[in-house]
Amino acid sequence: MNETDLHFFIDSTVNYFEEVTNEKATAGIPYIKDSEPVVLEYTGIIGISGKRKGSIYVTSTEEMLRTIAKLILGIEEVERGEIKDLVGEIANTISGNVRQAYGSDFMISVPVVVEGKARDIKLPNNIQSFVIPITWRDFKIFLVVCLE
Amino acid sequence: MKEKIKLMIVDDSVIIRQAIHKHLKEFNIEVVGNAEDGKVALEVFKKTRPDVVTLDITMPELDGLTVLEEMLKIDESVKVMVVTALSDKSTGLKAIKLGAKSFLPKPFTPEKLRSSFERLID
Repeated sequence: MNETDLHFFIDSTVNYFEEVTNEKATAGIPYIKDSEPVVLEYTGIIGISGKRKGSIYVTSTEEMLRTIAKLILGIEEVERGEIKDLVGEIANTISGNVRQAYGSDFMISVPVVVEGKARDIKLPNNIQSFVIPITWRDFKIFLVVCLE
Repeated sequence: MKEKIKLMIVDDSVIIRQAIHKHLKEFNIEVVGNAEDGKVALEVFKKTRPDVVTLDITMPELDGLTVLEEMLKIDESVKVMVVTALSDKSTGLKAIKLGAKSFLPKPFTPEKLRSSFERLID
């Protein structure tokens, strides 16, 4: 992965927040993931196959997902199922949108959602993983990209 | 009074299904079916025979493009709007070539959804 690849993912993520919430999100400086777990309360994981191989995940707090879900649906109360669903949909949309850069050989799986912050997500250890911190309002989420 | 447009919403995300329903409420629609995967989508489609379908592509069981082809074999008059995160040009062209009447990339704003839907039912 190179800087251009990272920019595709940053642009896709920033665009997601702007379109969905009408508010800007900002990307922090990406860094190479070390042994520290980067897992918040809910994580949406997408497998990548085709021209590139690997996986991508988005991890977020429940509070942030709840806030976004309320904005999308225009309601005051959202259920836990909807919160879980949203983190998968964010991961799916960010991954799907980078096909504009990589083309249709960049195949994405349906999202798998993991709940709980106690453990890290297993990623291939022969490929470097990059962590992109994203700030929206006072919330922080992480996009982790692990691609051949 | 004009007959309601029978709408079916197909997406594996419950948030997206709810958002589409909410944002299209101002049109004269009746949601006759929802589906969270491609296989269920075809079953519901056969039972409910909607006029219009919003259809995701990346779904469990059967992908949306296969579902699109099957729906059109059952009813060639159905108007299908593909709503997908696969926003590359070739996916859009493929969907249109297969018979979709409209292609809306995710993420979408309520305004973009409504204007695509308006053009679709026009």
